This record gives sequence, C-alpha cells and structure tokens, in this order.
Amino acid sequence: MTDIERLPYDVVVIGAGGSGLRAAIEAREAGLRTAVISKSLFGKAHTVMAEGGCAAAMGNANPHDNWQVHFRDTMRGGKFLNNWRMAELHAKEAPDRVWELEAWGAVFDRTPDGKISQRNFGGHEYPRLAHVGDRTGLEMIRTLQQKVVALQQEDARQHGDPEARIKVFAETTVTRLVKDGERIAGAFGYIRENGRFVLFEAPAVILATGGIGKTFAVSSNSWEYTGDGHALALLAGAKLLNMEFVQFHPTHMVWPLSVRGLLVTESVRGDGGVLRNSEGKRFMFGYVPDVFRAQYAETEEEADRWYTDPDHNRRPPELLPRDEVARSINAEVKAGRGSPRGGVFLDIASRRPAEEILRRLPSMYHQFKELADVDITKEPMEVGPAQHYVMGGVEVDPDSAASSVPGLFAAGEVSGGMHGSNRLGGNSLSDLLVFGRRAGMGAVAYLDSLDEAGGRPAATDAALAAAQAEAIAPLERAGGENPYTVHSEVQQTMSDLVGIIRRESEIKTAIAELEKLRERAVQVSAEGGAAYNPGWHLALDLRNIMLIAACVAHAALERQESRGGHTRDDFPGMSPEWRKVNLIVALDGDRVVLRRQPMKPMRGDLLALFDRGELAKYLTEEELPPAGEEKS
Amino acid sequence: MGEKVTLKIWRGDAGQGELTDYRVEVNEGEVILDVLHRLQATQAGDLAVRWNCKAGKCGSCSMEINGRPRLACMTRMSTFDPAETITLTPMRTFPVIRDLVTDVSFNYAKAREIPSFTPDPSVKLGEFRMQQIDVNRSQEFRKCIECFLCQDTCHVIRDHPENERAFAGPRFLMRIAELEMHPADTADRREIAQDDFGLGYCNITKCCTEVCPESIKITDNALIPMKERVAGRKYDPLVWLGAKIGRRPRHDTPAVPGGKKS
Amino acid sequence: MTQAVDAPAKSRAQISERTLRKDPWRRAPAVTATLLTIWVAYATVHVFLGRWYWVPQYHYLTPFYSPCISGSCAAGSSSLGQWFGKVPSIVPYAVVSLPFVLGFRLTCYYYRKAYYRAFWRAPAACAVREPHASYSGETRFPLIMQNLHRFFFYVVILISVLNTYDVVQAFRGPNGSFGFGLGTLIMGANVVLLWAYTASCHSCRHITGGRLKHFSKHPVRYRIWTLVSKLNAKHMQLAWTTLGTLMLTDLYILLVASGTISDLRFVN
Repeated sequence: MTDIERLPYDVVVIGAGGSGLRAAIEAREAGLRTAVISKSLFGKAHTVMAEGGCAAAMGNANPHDNWQVHFRDTMRGGKFLNNWRMAELHAKEAPDRVWELEAWGAVFDRTPDGKISQRNFGGHEYPRLAHVGDRTGLEMIRTLQQKVVALQQEDARQHGDPEARIKVFAETTVTRLVKDGERIAGAFGYIRENGRFVLFEAPAVILATGGIGKTFAVSSNSWEYTGDGHALALLAGAKLLNMEFVQFHPTHMVWPLSVRGLLVTESVRGDGGVLRNSEGKRFMFGYVPDVFRAQYAETEEEADRWYTDPDHNRRPPELLPRDEVARSINAEVKAGRGSPRGGVFLDIASRRPAEEILRRLPSMYHQFKELADVDITKEPMEVGPAQHYVMGGVEVDPDSAASSVPGLFAAGEVSGGMHGSNRLGGNSLSDLLVFGRRAGMGAVAYLDSLDEAGGRPAATDAALAAAQAEAIAPLERAGGENPYTVHSEVQQTMSDLVGIIRRESEIKTAIAELEKLRERAVQVSAEGGAAYNPGWHLALDLRNIMLIAACVAHAALERQESRGGHTRDDFPGMSPEWRKVNLIVALDGDRVVLRRQPMKPMRGDLLALFDRGELAKYLTEEELPPAGEEKS
Repeated sequence: MGEKVTLKIWRGDAGQGELTDYRVEVNEGEVILDVLHRLQATQAGDLAVRWNCKAGKCGSCSMEINGRPRLACMTRMSTFDPAETITLTPMRTFPVIRDLVTDVSFNYAKAREIPSFTPDPSVKLGEFRMQQIDVNRSQEFRKCIECFLCQDTCHVIRDHPENERAFAGPRFLMRIAELEMHPADTADRREIAQDDFGLGYCNITKCCTEVCPESIKITDNALIPMKERVAGRKYDPLVWLGAKIGRRPRHDTPAVPGGKKS
Repeated sequence: MTQAVDAPAKSRAQISERTLRKDPWRRAPAVTATLLTIWVAYATVHVFLGRWYWVPQYHYLTPFYSPCISGSCAAGSSSLGQWFGKVPSIVPYAVVSLPFVLGFRLTCYYYRKAYYRAFWRAPAACAVREPHASYSGETRFPLIMQNLHRFFFYVVILISVLNTYDVVQAFRGPNGSFGFGLGTLIMGANVVLLWAYTASCHSCRHITGGRLKHFSKHPVRYRIWTLVSKLNAKHMQLAWTTLGTLMLTDLYILLVASGTISDLRFVN
C-alpha cells in the first residue's frame, strides 16, 4: 500500500460539473482547502450539454413572475412528489445564483432594457430561463471554470501557488469513499492518465457526479454518467430515494443511428416549434391530462396567439412537462403514426423565419446540418424520447445537502427529492447552482463542528487495502469477459424492460437478467495496463452501473402507480396514497433493499399557494387544507 | 451490417509508437468516434481515446484525422472514400499520454495567466445592464468548447515548441479579446496581449479559424481586432508620444504572476 | 530555403512525416504564388517603363502613374503638378503614392496570410510542418512594421480620392467636353472596387467602430461598423478582384496609349 499517494484536503468535491464547481467555489471562498475531482478534463462536464437555459424567477421578461410561481410550477411538474423545502429554496435562491454568474463573467442573452433575457419552457408559467442561445450549459460551466481560475489567481498572488487552496484533479476517478467508523474520512481513486492510486484524505466529501444515463441504451447523457455518486453513496451507507423516476426527454435525434439519443433542446418548442405525426396533425392537443387542462390551449389558434400574448391565452400543449410529451410521442409512434425513422416530426421551419431560427437555435442548426444533413430552417426534424435525467438520488437534508452519513454531501443530479417525479426543463441548471452552493456551505459548517469537537477522521489501512484490491482486480484477472459486452447487455435490458413504459412482468424479467449479468460483471477482465486504459475504466464503472440498474428496477417494481418519470402500464393512474410515499433504497450487504418512507406534509403557507381544487387532484382528502381556507 | 474500413491508428506512449492497422465495420450515418468505439469493444479494449459528450459540445475527442485536426465525433464516415485508409494520430502539438490521448495541460496553464473578468466592484448583484449588441462579440468567442484544435494547428507552437513560453495560442488570445470586448469589464489587457501572451507571433495565416468546429471567426473577429487594439495602444505614434511626455495615464492590467505552477 | 527541422520534442508523438494530409494542400499556395508573381512582374515592368500610361485625348491615366509628379510626365497627366525635374523612369513617376499603395497591400491582413503561406511557407498549409528552424512572427523588425497597416490606410484613403478624381477627368472627350468610353468605365469600376477594398480593411473596421467597447452608446458608428464588417468578410475576394481590375485598367490604358487598340467610345 506504499504506492497510494495521500493528499490531505478539507473538502473533496467529486464531479466538476455545475454543482461540483459551485460547491468547490463556496468551500474555497470560506477558506477551506478544496479538491475537485473530475473524470474528464476541467470544463468538459456533462453540464455543457444543457442547452435551453437556467430557470430563475427574475421577472425580467414578465414582471408577474416570482418565486411563488416558480415553486408552484416545480411542484406541479414533479406531481407533488418533490421535497417541498428543496423546491422552495430553489425557487427563492435561483435568481441570486444566476446574477452571481453574471458577476463572474457569464454573458447571457439580453432583453431590450439590458437585463438577462428569459425564454419560455415546458411547464413554466412565464418566460423564465436565462439563456445563451442554445448553449447555456456551456456558458455556465465556462463561467464557473473561470471563477475557479480567478480564485487560483488570487492564491497565486497571495501564496505564490495557484493551487494552494483549490485544485482540480482532472481525469481522476473515485472508486470508494472511505470511512472512519460512521464518518467520512476520504475518497479513494485512481488517476486515469497513469493508473496511480490516490487517497484524498478529507473529512467532508461532496458528491456532484450527475446521473445514471449509461445504464440505458438510448440516452442523451455522456459516458461519465455511470451513476458513480449514487453508487458511492450507497456503498458508504447513505440512502437513495425516488430511483424509479427516470426522465425520458421527449425530443432527441432518432437518425442517424449513431446519434440516436442526441438531445434536441426543448427551446425548439419554447420558440415556436410544434410536434406533428405522419398525418401532419399537431397531436399534442389530444394528450392534455386533466390536471393540466386549465393551463393549456385547446385550439391551434389560441396556442399560436400565446407566443405573442401570453397573458390572455393558454400555453400550447407542446409545452406540457416532459413526461407528458414523451409519453404522447411514444403513443403516437406505437399507433403507427410516427415518422419513417420511428419518431415524430418537430417542425420549426414552417413556423419561424430562417434568420430567427439561426439566431435562436444555432447549435441545433449546426447539429442537424453536420450530423444528419437536415436543414432545420427548411424541413422538420425527426425526434423521439430518450433517457435524459434521473430524478432519484441521494437523500439529503434540503438546507445543508447533507446525507445521512456524517461528512457526506450531495448536490445536483446525484441528489434526490428536488424534482419529485419529473423535472421541469431549466430547473436542472438552477438546481446545480442553488444546491451546489448549499452543499459547499454544508461542508463548511460540518468542518467547523468537527474542529470544535476536535479530531478529524482517518482512513484505516484495511479499508484502503480493500479498495485497492477491488480496483486492480479487472487488470489482474485473465481470461474474463469483455466489459464492453456486459455493459451493452445491461443497457439493452434496462432500455427494453425498465424504460419509458413499464409493467410488472417485464421488470421482474429485468431483475432476473440483472442478477445474471451481475455474476458476469464481477468476472470481467481488462486487457492492457493501468495507463489510460478505457477497458479497465469501464470494468470499474460496471459495478456502479449494475448497482444503479438494480435500484431503478426494484423501485420501479414497487411503485404501483404512474407518475412523472415512472409509467406503469399495469397501473396507469396516479394515486394520492402513493404520493405520500418515498421509496428509499439502501444496501444490505450487496443486496438492494427498499423501504417506504412517508413524505413530510407541506408547510401551510406553501400549501396556501395552490387552489384547493388543484391540490385535490394530487393529495388525499385528509392532506387537503380545510375548505374555505384556500387563497382567494 | 455495414462495410469494413481500414484504419491506421497511432498507438504508443511517451512519444514512442507506431501506426497500427485495423479493419473495422462501419454502418450508415456513423462518425469516426463510433468506429473507434467498435474497435475498443471488439478488438482493442485498451485503445486510449478521450471523449465525453459525442455531440460536438465538450471538445474532448480532438485528434488528427488524415493529418487534419478534427473532432472525432463530428467527422462523418460518409466523407471518406470507402476504399480509403483513414489515418488517426494524436494532436501533434501536445505531449502524448497514450495512443490518441494527449496532455493538454499547457492550455490550462495559459488560462491561469490571463487576468480574469474584472467588473466595476460597485455594481451590485443583478444590476448589470448590457445591451445585446454589446455582448454579441464576446458571445461568439464564448461558443468556444476548448477542444484546443486551434492550439494544435497553430504553427507558432506546433512547429516551434520553444515558443510555448511566449505564446498563448489562438484560444487564449481570443479569451483576451473576449474580455476586452466584454461591456462590463474594466481591465486593459492590450499591452500584455502583446508582451506576455505573444500576439505578435500570430502571422494571421488563419489555420485556427479553419479548424474551429464551432466556426468561430477567430482570426477576423478576435486576433486581428486585438492586433488593431494593440497597434492603437503601442504602435500609434501619437500614443507613443503621449506616453513619452507622460500625459496619458497608464492603466494596463499586469499578467497574473506565478499563474504557472513551478 | 532553410533545411527542415527535426520532429518536435520527444514527449510529443514521434511522427516523422511533415504532414499526414492527403488532400491537395499544395494547390492553394502554389496558385497564390503564381498569381502574385505574375502580377508583381507585370506591375514592375510597367511602373519602370515610363511609357504608355496616359491617353491624352481621353484623359486616361493609369493608377500606376497617379499622381504623375515627375518632370518627365506627359503634358496634362500631372493632376497635382510636377514636383521635380526630368528624371529617368527608374524613379517611378508616381513615386509619392506607390510606396504607400504597396505598403498598404503588403501590410494588409489578407495579403499577409497569402504571402506568408505562398512564399514564406510559414506554414504552407495548416498542419503542414514549416521549413524554418526558428520563428518569431511579427514580434521583431522588420515584420513588427506590419503594425503600421493603419497608417498606410490613412494615406491610401487620400490616394483613393485622387484615383476618383482621375476617373472624373476621364469623363472628358478629346475636345474637353463630356464624353466617355470603355476605358472610363473600366477606370470607374476599378475605383469603386478599390474603395470597397479599402473600406473593407481590418484597420477601417477597427477605426470606425471595432475599437469601441459599447456599441449601444454610438449607434451611428455601430451601423458603419456593421456595414464595414459585412464588407470585411469579403476582404479576400476584394483583394484579388482589385488586383485583377488594377491590372486590367493599366493594361487597357497601356494598349490604348501605345496605339495597339483604340478605345471604344460611347459618347464623344
């Protein structure tokens, strides 16, 4: 074990996307020595793929907007399964977080009076998304990256070493969290470039690893999304919640096959694009569910008027929350009214002038032109749903982002609860900022309390030896199976059997299949050496992918209703009884165990933001406020 | 299933290596990165390729394809003759880690030397007011995905590694231009653009613009306007005279000391 | 030229080929070099020839001889007067303007690219190793003088005014009253394109508005900048087109002045 490099830090942030960098900035600004660990290069995180924008009720585009409206939209989008305290903090703090980015150099699109421009998006009552064309995620990651650099420059001036208090470990993977008793003592991993093992010795670890997309075959997520944070948390004894809720974003490229799953931003619809089936019909009008009936237009004329006069018309149904649109597209394709390549048509060419499309959706134009030879200013796109986001994640305290394991925090996609059963577009980037900062603050407070208590936790030699043995195993094992084969079979199983529409028999088959695959996954071997070896990296990631696949499948089997990102063919309705329940996943030995946990009732003042009539669609009779006390 | 294609891939590490031949299947609509993934899954599990989003948004899979710096995820197989042998090599300007993966830390070191965004400290959160026409120029440069292909192709460092100290490369000269044109920035980086970041090394042969996968007009919109600004600051005889007489106050922002880790 | 350098430092991938490009990358610099050489050869010969630059009856003066300030200039061709006595044509008759016109083109951001690639081969084409052992770009004398482009630009504006005046003169027939021929039209087209080339210059783009931080505070300059920027995108095309029209104008006047052809007259 002499060959493990030990690096002492105060806080270790795993993940260098939006939430990881925001957390690291917060910890560093509080004076803590902070390490940021990234599987990719600095500035390449999956956050760059966010296109549409960052939701924040700044009220620049419509002065009626405020945090209460944003809160309401978020709860509706999540079908009231959201952790309401998180939704509240998110709605209240998002504007400051966006303005902060501006002060750090972000260059958002502007309104005519020079404020940050805001765009329409599915499920948001008012134009709310701060954006930069359709590359908002890139702007955000670059701004945070440059803020980290600015802090390093400060340290270079003060200490002569830019990395004195904040250092980014690019292309480094954490395979285990190590503990001292109940408390976190650090993170063990390897440097991808040379395969060297490292131990980050730190009492506080912030998980900001993003999602689980690579568990599915058709996903808009990057290779990094192997559920690392979810798995690390489980293995360290923390709990996950809502793992059955997986978002299938409605619009992705379906052709050519090699780009199947590449995201087509919701902004196309926000900016006037409409969905049509093979008969040319705007089919979304036929799919508005009862709970949303009051807010969505019934005729094409009304829907089209809304773009210019949103105060007196209702929204077009293309802008329903993502789960609704994805299910509708799925149904159209199943009914034989799909496009030639198995999607539906997304048409903006016939609705907006070419010039405006080029200005507002440059990346989309570029993407279709380069990869599919389709000119979106002249012809419709063919789109279909693909896995996009996971609502489930580490169960955390809303205010501090602390998990149940002392010293372990989680923010962003890897945390759970904020988005309930379905995330609204644009709420992800704001989530990263709001809870990234809170996780940083949480870690700072935790360290303060530790120092008062005296003594930091330390990793045991036995734990380190075990972590190292586990990591090196695929390289030392000869003649095992190819990790790429096992991975693609897991993905296919999940996509086919625990995908957008689920039923009991299929999920049971999936669980049995996953069991068999697990036997194979522990026997894979990687050819070659430890230096930059993708086969070895995948072999190690497989453990996480398998674990998360099992969590999703078990939770999906348990929840006998359809809600948001969890649609059961055999239980098509939404049940107020199930709404009161969070499914908690934990690890018992190497088995996934499930527990039903009642939700905390919503605070009265937040409940009062809704009409009783609307609440009645989601809540049980006894949860409702007494009649007559509703808001006027 | 599809046709087979012949690839010649540079494999090796620490600078030592050679081109190795592979025959791989190709299907309709695929890009170079798809073929590399198939190669990893079927023949060469340890082939090192850096990639991330596979959507042309992250700038990770930079390499040289038939000698031209390109993103593997945005290079379609249909652009090649089916009988053609495609040669894949790592970016030449950067030290190789293994196979097609290079060490691009040079770029991160340069980024740390450029004085950061410097707004007027009296502007409160949420009170910035900027017009769209004032942010358009910086926004074009902020489309940059940091694939470093422009850094790779630029002959100033590609062919003359000894210039690496004195020259920041197109990406970071463009970063300076971006900050100089940012309507809320107050620093002046013209002098250091020339003296510390080597703007004068650029002989505007436009290779950076040619390789940019984001189609940013690096030369025309960033480098030449910066050269003109520097000319105004340093080579304008009136300015020079003014500085000699001491009439004009100097307000240049210095490069960040010790930005490089020793 | 200098010998090829060794492959770059050891830690980079050792690839001995100068380039692995398979496309015809040699073509563009070769074409550029050929065209520029032809043009320079032609212009040099005529500038030092001292003949066939002026068509007295139609008042055609080639831009290569404008302003004709030498005492050797033909009668009527000296719009700005004759500044010194008779000299042999080894001193160009337009010695006061040619250095600036040449300087403007030599320091032009487009031509720099063209001749650095075509002649100096630094680099001949992108990702093709250049043949020089060291490189200091435009940081030292003489190439640091490229920064003077803007000052050439100012002078060339004045020269363009003079070229415009020459065109106005060419609207006179043999008897001095209004008239024009094909030569007038060629000269006119040339001057319009020269103005377009001059206005599309990167320095012009900087001066008119590029140097501003806040376009919104200078709406008129912003409009001009937008216009210049549009022209600027065509700077390369204009650079080549004006080389062509300059040569055509000069050649036409040469042919008419030497009596090889006669001017096609439309009016008078």
